[in-house]
Amino acid sequence: MSPTTLLAQTAPAADFSNDTLGVMIGKAVAILLFLLLSVLFALWFERRLIGRMQQRLGPNVRGPLGLAQSIPDALKLLLKEDITVKGADKFIYLLAPLISVFSAFMVFAVIPFGPEARIPFTDIVTPLQLTDMPVAVLYFLGITALGVYGIVLGGWSSGSTYPLLGSVRSTAQVISYELSMSLALVSVLIVSGSMATSQIVAAQETTWWVFALLPAFVVYFISMVGEVNRLPFDLPEAEGELVGGFQTEYSSMKFAWYYLAEYINMLNVSAIMVTVFFGGWRAPWPLSQIGDGMLNEGWWPVLWFLLKLWTSMFVFVWLRGTLLRFRYDQFMRFGWKVLIPVALAWVVIVAVWQGLQQFTVIGTYDLRTWLFAGAGVLLAIALVLALLPEKGDKGEKPALAEHSDAARRQQVARTEGDQVEGEYFDAFAGGFPVPPMPGQKLPPSPRKVKVTTPAGDSSDAAQRSTAGTDPDDEAPDTKETHDG
Amino acid sequence: MHNPFVPILILAGLALLLGAGGLLASRVLGPQRYNKVKVDAYECGIQPTENARGTGRFPVKYYLVAMTFIVFDIEVVFLYPWAVAFSELAIFGLVAMIAFVVLITVPFVYEWRRGGLDWD
Repeated sequence: MSPTTLLAQTAPAADFSNDTLGVMIGKAVAILLFLLLSVLFALWFERRLIGRMQQRLGPNVRGPLGLAQSIPDALKLLLKEDITVKGADKFIYLLAPLISVFSAFMVFAVIPFGPEARIPFTDIVTPLQLTDMPVAVLYFLGITALGVYGIVLGGWSSGSTYPLLGSVRSTAQVISYELSMSLALVSVLIVSGSMATSQIVAAQETTWWVFALLPAFVVYFISMVGEVNRLPFDLPEAEGELVGGFQTEYSSMKFAWYYLAEYINMLNVSAIMVTVFFGGWRAPWPLSQIGDGMLNEGWWPVLWFLLKLWTSMFVFVWLRGTLLRFRYDQFMRFGWKVLIPVALAWVVIVAVWQGLQQFTVIGTYDLRTWLFAGAGVLLAIALVLALLPEKGDKGEKPALAEHSDAARRQQVARTEGDQVEGEYFDAFAGGFPVPPMPGQKLPPSPRKVKVTTPAGDSSDAAQRSTAGTDPDDEAPDTKETHDG
Repeated sequence: MHNPFVPILILAGLALLLGAGGLLASRVLGPQRYNKVKVDAYECGIQPTENARGTGRFPVKYYLVAMTFIVFDIEVVFLYPWAVAFSELAIFGLVAMIAFVVLITVPFVYEWRRGGLDWD
């Protein structure tokens, strides 16, 4: 097949050739307005919803249902002092939030809100999409990757410890989850045959890819939450560990841009998810049958698109209201050892399946046999690899045992003459407290030992109970069941 | 012919304008009161000890992740055009790509077994 026909196939389905400069500027302004208003709404939406999930009201004073709450919040940020910390690299410190917000604004350029529609009060008929190109998905991934620079440079240029840690965490996180995200999209490209977003939407006329490519969707969904640093993957911010992560040293509008970028990025990845997996602007199934696809024309598609988009936003908030933050090692393990292998395997499965569908009669070879044989060999290799014990496990166990041996010796030395027996983990063995590894037991708490030993420490216990500020001391029984 | 990147340039210009305008506005509208403590690095109230930039240290593991990332990113770069031209490249592309994926998977498994993907 010649390159030109290939180009014609992968080209966007939407026709932008009639767009004048004025229309383009109008669409660009509309996108920016849409994003800014959406973020204002998303802030209210999230606070309100989280409030409901936590049995409280959320903001409900400013405006009807508290809808206007975000406006004074935004204005307050604008009117705050713009601090540049002493240790900062001034230029990059200023540049970083700008990169962040810039890349967040750019993604919606390739998102189709709908098919061609007439702009009200004019005769202009144009696709409800700023632009589209044969590499739109690549563009989206590139711009998202650019957004990481905002976080990395912001954390680094602050010249402060917490932001630096937040930014290196963020880099590792985003690049890890970007891989599984882009691998998940490969199978969509195989079945759609194009990277143009309008073409991907057009390819979903009969079936949404979420049904046909469910594993790819699951991988994409998990990675998109990791990509935008939202709970349960909000380790770059992790306010319990890193204060505010990369944005600790930022104030005023610079902070506001980071905040805005975070919410716009949620909208971005949701919009990509809707476009790629949920049929974009297409009406859901029973509705799409009404009146010969009447609901897929004109301005109706914008409604379906927004409904799908905000359903995804709801899921983001829901996750935040439900899940706890991952520990960093769990998080990296999940990304590299689960998501990426699954995504890769799925790409191969889809490719082989599509190959079986498309190229069965080529030459004299019996293609299916070869492909099945190849798949069988791959599967066998994968099985063998999965059954082999991990080298890390072998190395780790003796080390652990040794460690807990030392810990026990210390423990015995410390609590000489106490009733404490068995292997206990000394949290302070290394000079600072660490949590126990799986399989290690913490010694019973000193308080409990004192309460349960009748003779030896009775004076101590008596002293404590007279001091008696802790309510737990009053109820030793319940305390014990908690510890167990 | 319609150039799809013209609207992107327009949007980029507007976005930059908005971003820079916001920063400028807060500079103009916000107060400017100097305070020695305020511009110090934030370390939960204690005196900041050292400058994190340049001298700030972080685990070498992050470099390892970045190195592995490059390998896979290149793989993805090759997978994308192949996925788009899947039907045209037909059986040749499919076999070549599966071979490529296997070639990438072998060092990945090696790194995994050597514990390169373990964080602690």
